[in-house]
Amino acid sequence: MKILVVDDFSTMRRIIKNLLRELGFNNTTEADDGSTALPMLKGGNFDFLVTDWNMPNMEGIELLRAVRADPELKSLPVLMVTAEAKRDQIVEAAQAGVNGYIVKPFTAETLKEKIDKIFERIEAG
Amino acid sequence: MDTDDTSTKAQLDLARQLVAYLEAGEEDQASAVIRQLRIPHERELFDELGKLTRDLHEALNSFRGDSRLVELTRDEIPDAKERLNYVVTMTEQATHRTLNAIDEAMPVAETLHSGSLELAERWARFRNRDLSVDEFRDLARDLDDHFAQAGAETERLRSLISEIMMAQDFQDLTGQIIRRVIRLVHEVEENLVGLIRLSSAKMEPAQQPTKAVKEKTAETVDQEAVGTMGHGPVVPNTVDAAADVVSGQDDVDALLSSLGF
Repeated sequence: MKILVVDDFSTMRRIIKNLLRELGFNNTTEADDGSTALPMLKGGNFDFLVTDWNMPNMEGIELLRAVRADPELKSLPVLMVTAEAKRDQIVEAAQAGVNGYIVKPFTAETLKEKIDKIFERIEAG
Repeated sequence: MDTDDTSTKAQLDLARQLVAYLEAGEEDQASAVIRQLRIPHERELFDELGKLTRDLHEALNSFRGDSRLVELTRDEIPDAKERLNYVVTMTEQATHRTLNAIDEAMPVAETLHSGSLELAERWARFRNRDLSVDEFRDLARDLDDHFAQAGAETERLRSLISEIMMAQDFQDLTGQIIRRVIRLVHEVEENLVGLIRLSSAKMEPAQQPTKAVKEKTAETVDQEAVGTMGHGPVVPNTVDAAADVVSGQDDVDALLSSLGF
């Protein structure tokens, strides 16, 4: 499984990559905001996108919308891992078609649980 | 032109009158004429002064109205102080969390290390046929214990290392808060520059702060049109507290499940 991790803080990208490795996902790539992530996603054969919200240039919510609007990418599972905690924003992400939403600070267990849930749903169709 | 001609003619008349009065030695009358001659110039001066005063007043008023300085000083600076205090607290907690895990891990590693050294030494004696049967029986039992213990203890070390890794998430969270404060400092700076331009005698640059504020607003509107802008982590005792925010992952899950997730 090929995963793209998008966060403007390299420390957080490393933490997420490490956690994903512990969960058995070794094929991860990093991007530091939406505008660098989007071209990587196009034709990059990614199976899963983990993204932050608050980033320079192109925020995570815009990236999510761009992914959903792209015929090739629209069914890509997207997990948002962000410090954004406003109810409105969570609703906004849900309406934009996010597959999971984790608020920072989070635990390794939460990440595992959400990823499991996302893939269970996808397998169930 | 007509008015100019008339006023020139009036002034010429007055001048002739003045010469006549002076030649006649009528000083009082002459002074009165001089005063009359001065009137148009004084009026012009007063008009100019009045205009300048009005411009300055308007510029100051428009600056006061447009500028975010009042809002910045009253609300956002105390808010930023609270954010920075929160950063200090968060970094302190993260450091303690890391050091606590290290305090716990260090003795575990030391016990494993010294236990392994001691067993290795006894194992070497056994390989050299230096052990009695009883001593070998003890060694076999201790090795069993060691293997069992090593499995559990290395697992504990793994989880403590993972704890140390998770504690580093503070860099992202405090980084977002600090960036927000940097944006605020930048805005204060722009407003102060506007204020300095305004108070430096020249009137023309007085429009500067208004422009800056308008650009800022346009920028915000732009971003809002695309999507809600990220705010960064919720900081207690700031404006964030007034917003409708979730208290943690359980809250997020409840909200999403209410939306059919």
